[in-house]
Amino acid sequence: MKEFSRFIVKELTKEFEGKTALSRFSLEIANGEFITFLGPSGCGKSTALNCIAGLIPITHGEISIDGECIDDGKNKIPPEKRSFGMVFQNYALFPHLSVFNNVAFGLRLRRLSKPLIHEKVTAALKLVHLEGHENKFPAQMSGGEQQRVAIARCIVLEPRLLMLDEPLSNLDAKLRTEMRNELHTLHTRLGVTTIYVTHDQQEALALSDRIVVMRLGHIQQVGAPGQVYADPANLFVADFMGFKNIWDASLGALRENGDMLEAEVTVKSMKLKARLRYPQGDPRRDGLIAAFKAGAAVKTAIRPEDIHVGRDETGVSMRSRVTLMEYQGQTSYVSALMENDTIVELRPSTPVRVGETLELSIAPEKVFVFAAGRE
Amino acid sequence: MQKGLKGGGILFLLPAIVFVVLLFVYPFLYGLYLSFTSPEGAPTLSNYARFFTDWWEARTIWVTLKIALPATLINVILAIPFAYHMRHGMRGEKLITFFLIIPLTLGTVLVSEGMLSYMGPNGWLNQLLQAIAIVRGPVRFTHNYWGVLISLVIQGFPFAFLMILGYVSGINPDLEKASQMLGASRAQTFVRVLFPLMVPGIAICFCLNFVMAFSVFPSAVLLGEPSGPTRVIAYAAYQWALEKFDFNIASAISMVMAAIELVVISGVLVWRNRIYRGASMVGKG
Repeated sequence: MKEFSRFIVKELTKEFEGKTALSRFSLEIANGEFITFLGPSGCGKSTALNCIAGLIPITHGEISIDGECIDDGKNKIPPEKRSFGMVFQNYALFPHLSVFNNVAFGLRLRRLSKPLIHEKVTAALKLVHLEGHENKFPAQMSGGEQQRVAIARCIVLEPRLLMLDEPLSNLDAKLRTEMRNELHTLHTRLGVTTIYVTHDQQEALALSDRIVVMRLGHIQQVGAPGQVYADPANLFVADFMGFKNIWDASLGALRENGDMLEAEVTVKSMKLKARLRYPQGDPRRDGLIAAFKAGAAVKTAIRPEDIHVGRDETGVSMRSRVTLMEYQGQTSYVSALMENDTIVELRPSTPVRVGETLELSIAPEKVFVFAAGRE
Repeated sequence: MQKGLKGGGILFLLPAIVFVVLLFVYPFLYGLYLSFTSPEGAPTLSNYARFFTDWWEARTIWVTLKIALPATLINVILAIPFAYHMRHGMRGEKLITFFLIIPLTLGTVLVSEGMLSYMGPNGWLNQLLQAIAIVRGPVRFTHNYWGVLISLVIQGFPFAFLMILGYVSGINPDLEKASQMLGASRAQTFVRVLFPLMVPGIAICFCLNFVMAFSVFPSAVLLGEPSGPTRVIAYAAYQWALEKFDFNIASAISMVMAAIELVVISGVLVWRNRIYRGASMVGKG
């Protein structure tokens, strides 16, 4: 694979008919990195990908590799000369060409010799476990096989950057996990720099070196999977990464304690303690302090699995009545109505019954509090 | 699907089958029978012999091909770039389509009448050409070969364009992007991806257009010289049937027409299969 040392995307902005689809998108990509653009539909992740690919013109900003400007909105290198590879959601295989000819497509354009093309195509098909399928046509293959052809068609050209646009979303659940593992293995083996676009947080967590969480054209957080999962930058990221129990609350007290913030929040008569690791300069810290001074409303976010069933000396405990139980094997999805008339979601490891009364407690470290101002 | 047909489903097809048998199969078979019999009903090949040995009649094949093939080629080849540029839709597409469809809706006779007055020796086209001094005297656009050809293009182009447009816009736009990402220029993408995928549509479009042009009749009479240079095969059949009242020879001529159309269509389909082997397999993906 071709290497680079500095791949910089600076303040990329894309406007469609007066609407901003992508706003000041900045990112530095390291060679060999696996980056995921994650967000719900309409968050601008595909726009960002297509802008980097050169398939749609950018309004402002700059993309450069090793100091060479690829695109600055005025001068651009056309997509066919960027030596990037793209795998599409619907695979976009050429239906009139056999598997061999699909994979050889790019090599033929580069006027390689016949034996060399044969050698490279064979190697690429072997890499994606499709030996012996050379003469099939795309329509004769399953979705997973077509996806492999699409990947082989890209990597055979040894691109500087491999881009995958929701590549697994057309596959069924089992195949999706299989292909995900395979993508992971492939990336480890080839070390090709990869941008992966998805709305599935599981895929993002499983595959990425870094995740870029996006919303409404803006980057919300960039970080390693563990960081984005455990330490969301705002309420949106928390919500998207599987936090539940997002309740309207008011701040009763707020104490600064080094890198920590100690907060007391009230959710409809229920008092909760929160110990927040929001260091100096963290926008979340500034946001909360401002909200506290203004007496403004805040929001909580607690993972269901962080809610402890039973009494706990450190936390505050409250009583709740189970209203919904969905059996999920290892755990159950349980909703319960607390005494303050709020629904709590939890994942108890022991079986519970609908109508049962549970004593719940939450450790202060597990409670996130965000200023509610910017939804 | 097939199971359904075996059961009561066949009943629903019945009206269509009756329709096709009454209006197509029966007249065709009756014509075939007529073409191989004498007016008295005796089996004979003389109807065909008469047509092929009479130079005046046999040359209508060549006369018609000389009009129909160029007209079809012009229509189809002209439609490809138009359809290509409008494949993702464009501003004013509806207006353009509207103007293209008008000639189709007006019918051959009205278009011919219009051409006779606008493109005749004193029509505005000739006045314009003379006013800007491109030509000295009036150019003859009507009552000759060119009149028929032009009318076939006016009638056939919108049809070809709409058919091919429907075909091109059905091609997944991601295929073009994929081709581009693999290093293909616009021209290479057209030659290696879009054109091969358009071939089935182009082939069908060519066939339908050719059949329409080969059976040209009203414009050959109204805009051409039916006494000679544009005495097309359909006109010959008409003369035998309704001027000389010899339905047997007229039927033979119709059968010759059908045979020639079949030959051309088969040729086009062979060409299509050569280029587009995956044709039968387009479905998913």
